Amino acid sequence: MELLLEGITKRFPGGIVANDAVDLTLRGGEVLALIGENGAGKSTLMNVLYGLYEADEGTITLDGEVQQFVSPSDAIAAGIGMVHQHFMLIPVFTVAENVVLGVEPMGRFGQLDLRKAREEVREISAKYGLDLDPDDIVGDLPVGLQQRVEIIKVLFRDARFLIFDEPTAVLTPQEVDEFFGIVTTLRDAGRAIVFITHKLKEALGAADRISVLRRGRIVGQALPDEVDESTLAEMMVGRPVDLDISKAALDPGSPALAVRDLVVDGPGGQPLVDNVTFDVKAGEIVGVAGVQGNGQTELIETIVGLRSPQSGSVVIAGQDLTNASPRTVHKASVAHIPEKRQSQGLIMDFSLTENVILNSYYTSEFSTRGSIDWSAARRRTTELMQTYDVRAGGPDVEAKTLSGGNQQKLIVAREIDRDVALTIAAQPTRGVDIGSVENIRRRLVAERDAGVALLLISSELDEILALSDRILVMFRGRVVAERRPVDTSTTELGLLMAGIDPNDRTSDQNVEVLA
Amino acid sequence: MTTVNPVHDPVALSGAGAAKARGLGVFYIAMAAFTWLVFGQADEGDATLRLTDPGDAFHDSFPDLVFDPSTFGYLVAVILAITGGIQLTRGFDRWQTAVLAATSVLFIVSFLGWAAAGASFSLVGMLQASMVRAVPIALGALAGVLCERAAIVNIAIEGMLLSGAFAAAIVGSVANSALGVLAAVLVGGLMSALLAVLSIKYRVDQIIVGVVLNLFALGLTSFLTARLLASNPEYNAAGIFQSIEIPLLSDVPVVGRVLFDQNLFVYAMLILTVFVTWLLFRTRWGLRVRAVGEHPRAADTLGVDVYRMQYRSVILGGMIAGLGGAYFIFGSTGRFDENMTNGRGYIALAAMVFGRWHPVGALGAALLFGFADALQQKLGLLNTGIPTEFLLMAPFLVTIMVVAGFAGGTNAPAHDGVAYVKEGQ
Amino acid sequence: MTDTAVRAADAPEIMPAGDGPPSGESPFREALRSISATNWRQAILLPTLALVSALILSAIVVAASDIDNLERLGSEPGAAIGTMLGDIGEAFWALVRGSVGSLRAISETLTNATPFIIVGLGLGVGFRAGLFNIGAQGQMIVGGLAATWVGFTVNAPGLVTIPLALLTGAVAGGLYGAIPGYLRARNGAHEVIVTIMLNNIALLGLTWVLKTSAFQAEGRVDPISKPIDGSSRLPRLFGFLGRSDLRVHIGFFIALALAAFVWWLLFHSTLGFQFRAVGKSPSAAQYAGMSVTTLTVLVMALSGALAGIGGSNEILGVQGRAAPGFAGAVGFDAISVTLLGRNHPLGIVWAALLFGALKAGAQEMQAATNVPIDMIQIVQALIIIFIAAPALIRAVYRIKLAPEGQGGLVA
Repeated sequence: MELLLEGITKRFPGGIVANDAVDLTLRGGEVLALIGENGAGKSTLMNVLYGLYEADEGTITLDGEVQQFVSPSDAIAAGIGMVHQHFMLIPVFTVAENVVLGVEPMGRFGQLDLRKAREEVREISAKYGLDLDPDDIVGDLPVGLQQRVEIIKVLFRDARFLIFDEPTAVLTPQEVDEFFGIVTTLRDAGRAIVFITHKLKEALGAADRISVLRRGRIVGQALPDEVDESTLAEMMVGRPVDLDISKAALDPGSPALAVRDLVVDGPGGQPLVDNVTFDVKAGEIVGVAGVQGNGQTELIETIVGLRSPQSGSVVIAGQDLTNASPRTVHKASVAHIPEKRQSQGLIMDFSLTENVILNSYYTSEFSTRGSIDWSAARRRTTELMQTYDVRAGGPDVEAKTLSGGNQQKLIVAREIDRDVALTIAAQPTRGVDIGSVENIRRRLVAERDAGVALLLISSELDEILALSDRILVMFRGRVVAERRPVDTSTTELGLLMAGIDPNDRTSDQNVEVLA
Repeated sequence: MTTVNPVHDPVALSGAGAAKARGLGVFYIAMAAFTWLVFGQADEGDATLRLTDPGDAFHDSFPDLVFDPSTFGYLVAVILAITGGIQLTRGFDRWQTAVLAATSVLFIVSFLGWAAAGASFSLVGMLQASMVRAVPIALGALAGVLCERAAIVNIAIEGMLLSGAFAAAIVGSVANSALGVLAAVLVGGLMSALLAVLSIKYRVDQIIVGVVLNLFALGLTSFLTARLLASNPEYNAAGIFQSIEIPLLSDVPVVGRVLFDQNLFVYAMLILTVFVTWLLFRTRWGLRVRAVGEHPRAADTLGVDVYRMQYRSVILGGMIAGLGGAYFIFGSTGRFDENMTNGRGYIALAAMVFGRWHPVGALGAALLFGFADALQQKLGLLNTGIPTEFLLMAPFLVTIMVVAGFAGGTNAPAHDGVAYVKEGQ
Repeated sequence: MTDTAVRAADAPEIMPAGDGPPSGESPFREALRSISATNWRQAILLPTLALVSALILSAIVVAASDIDNLERLGSEPGAAIGTMLGDIGEAFWALVRGSVGSLRAISETLTNATPFIIVGLGLGVGFRAGLFNIGAQGQMIVGGLAATWVGFTVNAPGLVTIPLALLTGAVAGGLYGAIPGYLRARNGAHEVIVTIMLNNIALLGLTWVLKTSAFQAEGRVDPISKPIDGSSRLPRLFGFLGRSDLRVHIGFFIALALAAFVWWLLFHSTLGFQFRAVGKSPSAAQYAGMSVTTLTVLVMALSGALAGIGGSNEILGVQGRAAPGFAGAVGFDAISVTLLGRNHPLGIVWAALLFGALKAGAQEMQAATNVPIDMIQIVQALIIIFIAAPALIRAVYRIKLAPEGQGGLVA
């Protein structure tokens, strides 16, 4: 059983060549890892394979027969199944409804036969140990289980070739192990598996073969036994990569941020932030580790003033800002790099200049008596672009024309290029090319070295470990542990993130042991 | 990496839900005060609300509702005050909508008593009329549900009703009523096809399309009325459908007349509601349409033809709206007048929101509006001292209150109103 | 040991597009520069083609609705078509005559354009902030009513009463517009439905108010208000010529002044910056510290205030007293004006002049031929459809209009 991609080329308007004469082979009973930098064209390639895009050149051959995929239905019929990076699930539907959508079993009068659907879902779930109840509402399931719904979807359609796009991005280390366990089972059952990842450790650990994509071209193949991370990294980027970040000696000052007994309730009355207490001192980086959805977002929202807590306090640089508005918090020398740069950090249709003054347009620097001084704003934007290496057509181009990395650099520039006491960075390097990642991380550390207090939230454990002076682990809205990077590991952090006490390894359940 | 979680609404971050709950409590108390002061001071004399009319079966044996409006008014005021108190302190959780419904009914009966003090009027007649007046609103709301469940906002229901009515009038006069109804349905379908093309293929903002289609429909029908129908009245005399009594069932007291002695459009309204419910929730087609409305990209990746489902749903909705237009002619006056729909299409939208985008809910809401409409007409006959203009305002005020969320929440299909763009195009 | 931190693919990037943001020069130079930088072919050709297409389609409707003539198609096709063309020709000639064919026509055009400009500006501000204000009609009524009251109550020289009346109209309209703004901000109520309902309520309320003793004209039983004092009337521009049929009044210049003000507001003031930010991305605006709820209410209030001035303008400048239909369909026509003018003050002025011309011409057309004035509604709706769907024009005329903001026209 063999699937051959030969000479696949895909172009987009504006002269962008996302895939350039790509050759790839998928074989049954084999796991292939496809790695590459952000923007290298991995997702595009898989979308071509899945019929979502049509290639401009090249062929797809299945067991000797050339295929024409005009839509996903063709790919599905040919036995290709894809689990997307952003889940393609309908939150208000049940598991069974999500699984059968598009290939629904029918009753007599064109009715939906959901009973049959449920039965089959139960069967598949049992067969591969997926542990899903077909009547659960998908929107209520935790992320790990939602991914399993996606897996059942492809198995339900008898997929022989399975594509996983960044499958472990939102999983804890334990869930990642479970996931790859399932992958092994599927491989041993004869299926062909390809997964896209940027996590080189996983590629080395779980794959039988590795293909490296760079700027739309396959630049190399490797067997995991024969390479290591730095070789792979160099293949991906085309130059040696140095990601060690040197920090000055830790010399913390007084607490710039003091959070005490903070409680934030959700719509049903349950606490999303449950009695959280911690400090961030000047000159130190505190990293918050945790699976997304455990209260980190709400914690940030409360600190920056977008939410009011039920009880507790937030004191910044000596000022009680518990119920303050976002503007007051901003004026109190707090910088905030938001989690979603496109919907929270920038206005895509605005120019770079307009974005730079987005939260400071009312200051005397940029306005007098209600009128905006555009020349001052432009000057500042040009300065920032130069200092922070933001590559774009000029201060008047629209933000949406910038790459993700440059957009993020602009936000970072806007936020930290003033006298700041506290900087809050939420997922600062998510979806950003490696050059910008280096750039941003260095900036953050430089801030810390200069005496700024930094609160870092990231779902990349390696980033937390590399940058933080102290690490807090959040689980179900509580801070369940505090560690220093030298004293811990990704494994231990992973357990803590799942609510398990690492000292109590015998128990299987999610025991909330930690205060 | 996005996971499948409900979207963060930036505005609703800090307890807007709590504010709404308090608002509702204050509303109850205000209504209690109003009831005490106004309805409690009703004129002398018992109010008689007839539940059967002379000529109905069982008329002689079936009782009427007779009560002293003043006493009843005080009683209701007390109940409302208590309800308001509970709402402000504990709230009703799951029972909130039911309580709101029950108190509303009490309030309305109290109001009827006050209006009818010392007189008698036919409650059953008003309920029967409510069903009739609910028809265009219910059919319009059904059309709205079908469209919005497929992620297409349809502001043009008003225009579809109007165009359908116009087509029904002309074809009904020139040919016969059956063809007139057919013409209305076709015109509704055509208009919604236009909405679909502009929204889906050309990705014009759906609200703009809706507003423009309404303007276009109004302009075209008014233009043609002035140019054609004024000088050729034989094109505007389509006739009216008689009501059809269902034997036996229509003799049941109260319910019989309301449900089983109506014209064709009322029966169509009820049947179509059941049909659309079955269609949306029990068929493969419905599952796919709802998927498209919630997460078109997910549906796309599973091979569902998103655009085709949207076209079909919208056109089906338009056809139902067209039928609603035919009601204005064959179910009402038999002739077309400029702007005869007079905002009913927008009220249909409110009914859809109130009914949480579910056909049965929309029908319930439409019946409520129909009741308000019938009430306003009836009150014109009773001497209540309220200027007609204010009575006429009632349905509009109710619509505002509904849309402002004093009942029902935002459960719109997740992708409603956002044009779906296929990747790679 | 740090893992290499590369992330998943971003979407492919697309080339620059869109209208240019404000630069750092003086407003005047910048206005000139933006006018010259505008893609002329795009800005003029598209609306022109839209207008032409709309007129052609309307012409077909006019011809087709002459039933008697249609019946002749079978027997005497040549004559029938001749009559059709003649009908169309007459109608359009009347349109032109009525809009620009004489001093009176031009005066009518400007008089009609004035409320379109003012109300259109209000709608434009709303659209820029992402709010669809369909309630201009109700806001005009409320504002106009307030101005009428000032007009017949306050006894003072015109220099006092006119600004006072306009201000009162603005405040009244602003309050009426703030209602849907507040409901939208607090409860998420869709302003389209709320404003439409408020329109109907205002219309009904107007009829009632005009029958109360405070407002009703002496000795009348129908709903009509007392006439405003002569001093409160907006002076006519051509009063010195002694021709009472030249109705254009200084309201036209007030409208132009308001257009300049709105332009400054949207593109050079801190408030307008916030409006535009909220319109493009409420979440980003919120994260940047802007109060979305306050801004929503403010925008709708401003929109309503401008509509209120529009209504006041009609009373003070044209009608002299309030009657049930005084606001007419201006509130809805203004939607077309704003869309045609691309929500930009300059565009709105031009579009308002065009629609004012159409309206003036249509009256002549209805008088001279027997084409009802409703044809204008059809033309308007068609123009909007074509404007909002440039792809339609492209498809029909087989021209390649580049995506907005880019290069020129390739035939």
